Amino acid sequence: MNRQQTNRLAMALITGVAILVVVPIVLVILFVLYNGIGAINWEFITAAPRNGMREGGIWPALLGTIFLTFGTAIISFPLAIGAAIYLSEYAADNRMTRMVRLAIVNLAGIPSIVYGLFGLGAFVLFLEFGTSILAGSLTLGLLTLPVVISTAEEAIASVPQQFRTVSLSLGATRWQTIRHQVLPHALPGILTGVILGLGRAAGETAPILFTVAAFYLPNLPHSIFDQTMALPYHLYVISTQVPGMPLEIQYGTALVLLLIVLSLTLVATFVRTSMRRRREW
Amino acid sequence: MTQAKISIQNLYYTYEDGIEALRDISLEIPANEIFVLFGPARSGKSTLLRLLNRLSDLDEGSARQGTILFDGKDVFARSVDVSDLRRRISMVFAMPTPLPGSIYDNLAYGLKMAGIRERSELDRRVEQSLKQSALWGEVKDRLGASAFALSGGQKQRLCLARSLALEPDVVVLDNPTSGLDPISTATVEESLYTLKERYTIIMVPHSVQQAARVADQAAFLLDGTLIEVGEAGKMFVQPKDQRTEDYITGRFG
Amino acid sequence: MSTNPSLAASDTTEESAPRPRIGEWIIENLIRLAGLSTVVIIGLIFLFLLREGGPTFLDIPLRQLFGSRWYPIEGIFGLLPLIVGSLLVTVGAVFIAVPLGLITAIYLGEIAPPWQREILKPLIEMLAGIPSIVLGFLGWVALAPLIQNAGAATGLTAFTGAVILAYMSLPTIISISEDALYAVPKEYRDGALAIGATQWQTIWRVVLPAARSGIVIAVMLGIGRAIGETMAVMLVTGNAANIPALSGGMIFEPVRTMTATIAAEMGEVAQGSLHYNTLFGIGIVLFIITFAINSLAGRIVGTRGARRTGGKL
Repeated sequence: MNRQQTNRLAMALITGVAILVVVPIVLVILFVLYNGIGAINWEFITAAPRNGMREGGIWPALLGTIFLTFGTAIISFPLAIGAAIYLSEYAADNRMTRMVRLAIVNLAGIPSIVYGLFGLGAFVLFLEFGTSILAGSLTLGLLTLPVVISTAEEAIASVPQQFRTVSLSLGATRWQTIRHQVLPHALPGILTGVILGLGRAAGETAPILFTVAAFYLPNLPHSIFDQTMALPYHLYVISTQVPGMPLEIQYGTALVLLLIVLSLTLVATFVRTSMRRRREW
Repeated sequence: MTQAKISIQNLYYTYEDGIEALRDISLEIPANEIFVLFGPARSGKSTLLRLLNRLSDLDEGSARQGTILFDGKDVFARSVDVSDLRRRISMVFAMPTPLPGSIYDNLAYGLKMAGIRERSELDRRVEQSLKQSALWGEVKDRLGASAFALSGGQKQRLCLARSLALEPDVVVLDNPTSGLDPISTATVEESLYTLKERYTIIMVPHSVQQAARVADQAAFLLDGTLIEVGEAGKMFVQPKDQRTEDYITGRFG
Repeated sequence: MSTNPSLAASDTTEESAPRPRIGEWIIENLIRLAGLSTVVIIGLIFLFLLREGGPTFLDIPLRQLFGSRWYPIEGIFGLLPLIVGSLLVTVGAVFIAVPLGLITAIYLGEIAPPWQREILKPLIEMLAGIPSIVLGFLGWVALAPLIQNAGAATGLTAFTGAVILAYMSLPTIISISEDALYAVPKEYRDGALAIGATQWQTIWRVVLPAARSGIVIAVMLGIGRAIGETMAVMLVTGNAANIPALSGGMIFEPVRTMTATIAAEMGEVAQGSLHYNTLFGIGIVLFIITFAINSLAGRIVGTRGARRTGGKL
């Protein structure tokens, strides 16, 4: 076999592997769609589960996930923006900064189940929030922190340095410069990060197992100190813990969860590209 | 002789990477004149300009010795409000950099950051500074348009106007005509002549020719050292130092 | 002076400090606090794990702790089966995911025309977004039966978990490998192609060696991602807490990972019991493993001198 033939073979193999990797992604989504779409109707979305969850809908779980996603946003947004501004605008090249960077890398690497353990130990038990939306939101908020910080920092760093210098040279203070020249232009990127973080939070199961998720709770929560059902945990429950569960409901639940998470990812991508296009410089 | 507007005494400046950008600079800059700092690239001109209003604070890990007195007061004193200092010694950069937003936004930005809110005052300063920088006629009907839509020469005059809107004492210009066509250059230079009645102007010129055209006083810098300073009329005709003469006559640089 | 409209009149005197801007002072310190909070949070996580899980390492004899039997009901807590389970699944996943991920990254970076990249990259991002419980569910209802039909005793095996996990780690591995390949200077490629090397020779002899350290990081973070995954593995690995006999077929036997053990058993334990403590103890082990991996990977990134060009005031 000569060089050219080897080259052609290698290129073909590489292309083949890439197809092997990418095609299943489409298949997975189509597969869930195909099997789950039949379950989805108005009642499925808006009714509580009935008859040991074998009938009815997913409304309490869906609403719980929406609550938790909002809770996560409230917790992680301010902290993450603050940390991102700190890193890109204030941090000097010193030990403290290196520690913060190391902490963020490691926060990103901590398994989600360990966040769940921490939430149980710190929020549920130590702070006595009990198994509650509050404890779950706090746990998920911390979990999403590194994603949001990294994207926000990148967005802030992409604002041209000259804008900062010009603003300062016109007598603006450091905070005024951040407030009026940096944050407005970094906003699309920051939003992208937040939405990506929320997408991740909405789909997580392990962190909410011991901090908020209820096995079966047809009543809707009344306060942030109540438990709630949540879609990812509900999918786990109905696929493994309930004998005789109709497959269609399982697929339907998986489909709704998938749609929520993917549409958040889609919105994030859309925000990024559309705001980028409006940029003047 | 009256007190110098800015007095630089034994100034040394070293960047983080160890490069000594300025060595033992001492200068007196009089009020209401055009003071030109010239010399080859990397001779320390821009570094010196950035020190005047402490934009040098942004250079991490740099070291400074010596003092700069502005109206007799040390600009590096702890008590100095840096924002206020930068409004009084206002800077125009070589690269005309409008801020995102309209022409009006650009001109009013520094004023708003200083806490000026009254619309009438903002309007007055915007109009006045645009007239001073000879841009009023071209943009008065489209103050709301994006500043990025202006031509290169207009952008540079916008940046000058943006500094003038602050009604500073000193205007610092770092090569304000780089990249401009001869007509725009002439417009900017002309506005400088009228401006020196109200302001002290410190400028790094685009070329020796420009320095000779506009300067009242001039200082020649080489490798971070001050070689010669004095009346521009004398220096460009009869320089005292051989190196100044070599540079002016184009033998190097 | 920012509040003083008449700028020209403002004279700073040597004695008086600049007028403090209270609002800004508060905000700037809140920002510093937010930065610092990341360090505090990671410290707190470790502290609370220690608080609840510390007794594991004090109250259980080490010989038992590293024993090969995990029978919580009888009060026997040997972590070895769980560690082996996690290792088996993780190593399996890495063996599948690294070659696939690296080759896909090569395709994306060196071969694919731009229009394909525009489609493929969002698709791979999408994969990263699919919740692990959904993939676990699919592994449970669709993949496991396939594997059983292929001749295994059960479809719920370490291998099933490895396949699902590999798939989940692919986006991480692809994106980091891509960065690494991208960082290889264009001149290297041009140089190789100019002296008549084929595209494949260029990739194999020039691009891959130059991207080595980046690829190492991709592998490490892939491991970190895989070892911590919970729900998907819990659904598809069969949850048998015994060590499979050392053999070529051990990957086709059911196992139980550290993460799945915590998730499955925490709901049933009495708070404060030794079993409860031990589940936190497993959390400590996971924390330390991932911390070590990520710190090391972070250090490699650091020494490569990847300097941000970000703004700093």
